[in-house]
Amino acid sequence: MMIGNWLDIGPITQIEPGTARTLPVIGGEEIAVFHTMRNEFFAIVNTCPHKQGPLSQGIVHGDVVTCPLHNWNISLRSGKALGDDEGCVPTIPLKVDAGRIYLLRSAVIGGGDQAEAA
Amino acid sequence: MNAPMNFEEGKPAGQVRERLVVIGNGMAGCRAVEEILARDPGRFDVTIFGAEPRVNYNRIMLSPVLAGEKTFDEIVINTREWYDDNGITLVSGDKVESIDREHKRVVAASGRIEPYDKLLIATGSDPFIIPVPGKDLDGVVTFRDLDDVDKMLAAAEAGNAKGGGNAVVIGGGLLGLEAAHGLNLRGMNVTVIHLMPTLMERQLDEAAGWLLKTELERRGQTILTGANTKEIIGKDGKVAGVRLEDGTEIPADIVVMAVGIRPATGLAREAGLEVERGIMVDDHMVTSDPAILSVGECVQHRGMCYGLVAPLWDMCRALADFVTESPSGYEGSVTSTKLKVSGIDLFSAGDFSGGEGCEDIVMRDASRGVYKRVIVKDSKVLGAVLYGDTADGSWYFDLMKKGEDVSDIREALIFGQAFASGGALADPNAAVAALSDDAEICGCNGVSKGQVVSCINGGAHSLDAVRSTCKASASCGSCTGLVESLLALTLGGEVESGPKTMCKCTSFTHGDVRKLIVEKGLKEIPQVMQELHWTTPDGCASCRPALNYYLLCAWPGEYEDDQKSRFVNERMHANIQKDGTYSVVPRMWGGLTSPKELRAIADVVEKFNAPMVKVTGGQRLDIFGIKKEDLPAVWADLNAAGMVSGHAYGKSLRTVKTCVGSEWCRFGTQDSTGLGVQIERMTWGSWMPHKFKIAVSGCPRNCAEATIKDFGVVCVDSGYELHIAGNGGIKVRATDLLCKVETEEEALDMCAAFIQFYREDAYYLERTAPWVERVGLQYVKDALAEEGAVERYAARFHYSQQFMQDDPWARRAAGEHEKLHQHLAEVRPFPASQMENA
Repeated sequence: MMIGNWLDIGPITQIEPGTARTLPVIGGEEIAVFHTMRNEFFAIVNTCPHKQGPLSQGIVHGDVVTCPLHNWNISLRSGKALGDDEGCVPTIPLKVDAGRIYLLRSAVIGGGDQAEAA
Repeated sequence: MNAPMNFEEGKPAGQVRERLVVIGNGMAGCRAVEEILARDPGRFDVTIFGAEPRVNYNRIMLSPVLAGEKTFDEIVINTREWYDDNGITLVSGDKVESIDREHKRVVAASGRIEPYDKLLIATGSDPFIIPVPGKDLDGVVTFRDLDDVDKMLAAAEAGNAKGGGNAVVIGGGLLGLEAAHGLNLRGMNVTVIHLMPTLMERQLDEAAGWLLKTELERRGQTILTGANTKEIIGKDGKVAGVRLEDGTEIPADIVVMAVGIRPATGLAREAGLEVERGIMVDDHMVTSDPAILSVGECVQHRGMCYGLVAPLWDMCRALADFVTESPSGYEGSVTSTKLKVSGIDLFSAGDFSGGEGCEDIVMRDASRGVYKRVIVKDSKVLGAVLYGDTADGSWYFDLMKKGEDVSDIREALIFGQAFASGGALADPNAAVAALSDDAEICGCNGVSKGQVVSCINGGAHSLDAVRSTCKASASCGSCTGLVESLLALTLGGEVESGPKTMCKCTSFTHGDVRKLIVEKGLKEIPQVMQELHWTTPDGCASCRPALNYYLLCAWPGEYEDDQKSRFVNERMHANIQKDGTYSVVPRMWGGLTSPKELRAIADVVEKFNAPMVKVTGGQRLDIFGIKKEDLPAVWADLNAAGMVSGHAYGKSLRTVKTCVGSEWCRFGTQDSTGLGVQIERMTWGSWMPHKFKIAVSGCPRNCAEATIKDFGVVCVDSGYELHIAGNGGIKVRATDLLCKVETEEEALDMCAAFIQFYREDAYYLERTAPWVERVGLQYVKDALAEEGAVERYAARFHYSQQFMQDDPWARRAAGEHEKLHQHLAEVRPFPASQMENA
């Protein structure tokens, strides 16, 4: 399933719009892959910077997810907490090509955007 | 123009003209030649190859031809005479098969060989065919050229002859919808299958996509969104229908494949030119071979491939400038889209995906079916989506292309050019001040500016007060902004803020929204947002769940629950815990259980390694630490022992707590346990504004703590005291006595009626205690005391319960929404040592 620098994680149809699904990484951080109502795809680490809530389970509106534990709003685009809250969750570079979703392999394994883009 | 004057005679004697060969007799190829001729008519001997056996026509006007609004002759751009007059050799119906770069010549299918000095590749694009079984059947067509249109027209004619044919269009993008429109006008039953949830999702957001879908459905088309084509069914080698992933079959006499286009790069690739998605060109449209140029949909310029006509014109200009030695350079195009379906006004341009620092300005006018959204970032227009009124589309597009600073007109931007460019009028208050006294403010209720102002002067100092006195903005709300301006103008800074609105997306309160949903018969979330002028494109985490509940309550059995608008617990049917695992509480009717149930719970705890199991305050057992992927299996095991969801996670009926009552207790006056079980059997599964707890105590000692519940029954010798609006939570509140009844039956009826009244009257996330504090106990008593009221409310509750008493766990255990529970996959990185070799 690994080809080059991009990890093919399957067709876009496996994530319903307005929801997210999870991708556990053995020895690494679980990733949440979002499909927004505006048909964009994002991948971020599945952990709220506040109290580690599973962001994949939050309500998605626009390009924002509301954490299910304490309603922090997290930008899917930047990983940053919005409003008065402060914190940031790592993002994973994602691309969609011919109906399939690809994640940047080094970021998947390295736990997000700290990883060197290959 | 510095074109030579002696065109008729060509270049001076002795100087041979350069030979320009164009592959592609389409819009780009011919436009490029026109541009060159306009600059330097005598420069080239031009030969154009076209695969289609006809002259150059305006391909984007094929839609009106299909729709019967234009004939082919009307869309011809260049007639035979044009080719002849300009000395152009047209080789039509003969496809170029190869490019011989070494000898600078092209070879056509007929064997014709044509040498060139400059070659222009304008092969355009090919329709993308989805690789499903049956794609090659007779009757499966694309929508690319006149032959396709002819096939569609033939199918429509055959269909009409037998009293109505069926057409399926795969792809709900620009092209697909234009094909569907044409076929619909030609008398066919049209079904559009679109993979994505929103039509034209590249150009439209959810709100505009919904309006478009509704309008097309009104015109008789069937629109299936989120639908995945599995195969095209054939009969005797001819198309007969389409089967979807979910098993649905749609009959079809013709299937139009319009899912997208791909740059036609075959010739260029085989000739060894640099090709990625498209043929790579520089800013002068030159390929990796200096003698070969390329324009149109087949090229890739600065990483972009275009599928619209406007960029083609820009490219052709740059190309002509270059070959006539006054190079200008093409810098890429900003594009906009309009749908060519008569009667539908739709415009989209730029980026509307939102994001950091972007601001959405939304205006909706339900009475005219208008939705406008402009996206602004750093004081510049980034994109626009307009539906229903596109008059200002070109203005926004212009602002966008020029990157103009719009901070001065920011407040009035959404009202359009006429308003925003009015200088001093750019301040909306000033614009409203300039209106005459008899100008109509509220169209729904026919209220003029003068009337609103006198109503404000008469003491209505808030929006709500204006709405209740002169009715301005009390119906559809689209004039709310105007009324607010009038308040500000009339009162200066003394405007009183009205009751809290539902959320920042709307100027309406919860009460208004509930009322209007019923009055206007609104039945879908996007419809509510459009009709009530939501100021955001798709709501927020506060209003979505509230609207979902209000619609569920207003239209039982009709409204389809929107999972995306549910909080996690209600979506997962379990309670999320701080570590992201879930707790599971099966229902124990009236707090009763059995060895079988207890055994099943014990087995689940062991089988799934649940770290803790606890007795809850609601007389049942809570199993902690279940992973989301294990939930369906846990539920299957509990279902097998006869248990259903306890809804311990929902804004719904939670538990009915009981004491043992007259069956065992020496003080018991009535069978409180039995009544509790009956009440729970009647009420379980119902969604409420907030969580709802019931208890039944067998005597006034009240061991079941019925007087801090939402609905409490205290049994006495002479009957049943019914209490309401208690709360044992943050703010403890003892119940109020609603009434006393004599029989179990009356107690059950009153319980059902009270619950239904609460369901229909309270605001979302309002428990019974604050609700009764807000509306007053007497209001509740009066409502239920009206002649026949108890029966009516109870009947509505029972009707709604028909649809609600369906165990969600059983559905999930059977595979419903399984994606919500499963991981996508699991990543197992190679160990470090292997990584180096990998």
